[in-house]
Amino acid sequence: MRTLRALAHSRTGDKGDTSNISLIAYDAADFPLLVRWVTAERVKVHFAEIALGQVTRYELPRLGALNFVLERALGGGVTRSLALDAHGKSLSSALLSMEIPDDV
Amino acid sequence: MSPTPAASRVVRLGAGAGYSGDRIEPAIELAERGEIDYLVFECLAERTIALAQLERQRDPALGYDPFLEARMRAVLAACRRRGIRVVTNAGAANPASAAAMVAGVARELGLDGLRVAAVLGDDVLDVLRRSAASELPADVISANAYLGAEPIIEALAGGADVVITGRVADSSLFLAPLVHELGWDASDWTRRARGAAAGHLLECAGQITGGYFADPGVKDVEGLARLGFPMAEVDEDGRIVVTKLAGTGGCVTTRTCTEQLLYEVHDPAAYVTPDVTVDLTDARVSEVGADRVAVEGVTGHERPATLKVSVGSREGWVGEGQISYAGPGAVARARLALEIVRERLRITGVKHHELRADLVGVDALHGDALSRAGAEPYEVRARVSARCESACQARRIGDEVETLYTNGPAGGGGVSKSVREIVAVTSAFVGRDDVRPSIEWTVT
Repeated sequence: MRTLRALAHSRTGDKGDTSNISLIAYDAADFPLLVRWVTAERVKVHFAEIALGQVTRYELPRLGALNFVLERALGGGVTRSLALDAHGKSLSSALLSMEIPDDV
Repeated sequence: MSPTPAASRVVRLGAGAGYSGDRIEPAIELAERGEIDYLVFECLAERTIALAQLERQRDPALGYDPFLEARMRAVLAACRRRGIRVVTNAGAANPASAAAMVAGVARELGLDGLRVAAVLGDDVLDVLRRSAASELPADVISANAYLGAEPIIEALAGGADVVITGRVADSSLFLAPLVHELGWDASDWTRRARGAAAGHLLECAGQITGGYFADPGVKDVEGLARLGFPMAEVDEDGRIVVTKLAGTGGCVTTRTCTEQLLYEVHDPAAYVTPDVTVDLTDARVSEVGADRVAVEGVTGHERPATLKVSVGSREGWVGEGQISYAGPGAVARARLALEIVRERLRITGVKHHELRADLVGVDALHGDALSRAGAEPYEVRARVSARCESACQARRIGDEVETLYTNGPAGGGGVSKSVREIVAVTSAFVGRDDVRPSIEWTVT
């Protein structure tokens, strides 16, 4: 078992109460594997305590990237959140901590 | 021998700031030795303008970015000498006063005949009060429409050396010089989308040259303490090359560019700006040299019919207190501390709408499940934060954390406490016809 950090890098952006987290394969050959394993449903479960709304996944095969949009994920929005990381800038690291089996 | 193709016209943009408090030296480097035609400073976050509006209410001469003066003092002379024009949204809630201040700085520096344009008209609070009063929050402070590139293009056509705006979409600050120089048609959505994409890539400055990116052992970046800010070369067809100055820290790679391309994007097929709807579906990034990355394949669709408005309002106060514990049993003592504060707030009748109690170093960022609090950390910081109706109630949060010094678990130290007013931001929309930007000129 390894984590996504071994295969991909990631960046978080914020708009209001919505967080977007990109997941970009280091090697284009691993992109199909990310598509198979890192589904919107798995990401929703992974972030169950954080993303209270819908999770949508967008695929960008030419960039070898997935883009996850997590609604109601920033404590009511950056401007009124009580969280230490109100922007959710650290959420990319949480996504990269997701485990992925070796035989996917 | 094949004929040499006619050199395509290229416009060079530099990013001088990614937010108001950003470093200033990288902008000085670009002004002094960057091969650039424009230096763009993006300085407004979502709620900055609401805070600036409050400042303007206190003093009508203020309400613009507090770092604008230092930035202009640092770069104006070099920009003038080298023919670099400046575009910035640092006018915040008061572009006219900002322009007057910048003209004053230019005169002090002996820069005669400098044309400073202030873009006005993003403040639509009166429009909304007339047309949609019932939808405005009770304690509204400000309502600013995200203007597009047009008024900046007009200012540049009028010969502006410095253009100072209030609320303008970040990407428009960069698209405007491209449209002005390259003459792209108003309905040429694909070229405009490429220009907006160039702006999107550059608007956070260091975030595309290695900032917000380094992860030692996985994504190493050299020289983050002297990070260079990015430049983009954009040709007539909207082909983009992102680069940075030789000899500065950081790096421009397909990885930094891909991360920034998707930053704050929701549906990549419809990244909405006031100027154009950008489609990144077929975007590609490729390394074309050392610290040189080409971004191609962006397309565009018609711009939206309405403009987004950022509405700022007062929404109560946040009080916060923190205290640290260390050594054996630190986590248990910190948890006890949190329990005590919760109970104290209950006993003493402190009213709050929402309360959060975290252990910094254990679960503050991502909650219980993701943190899988396993090995005991050597030290931990208990943090209580709550949203209250009044400043006076909010102050009680930190005060109760502070009383842990003499009333709480063993070895609690390093209390900090704070109170801040919440200026919350929500979105609304207005018709384009309801927004009438104008330009005010100052010539030194």
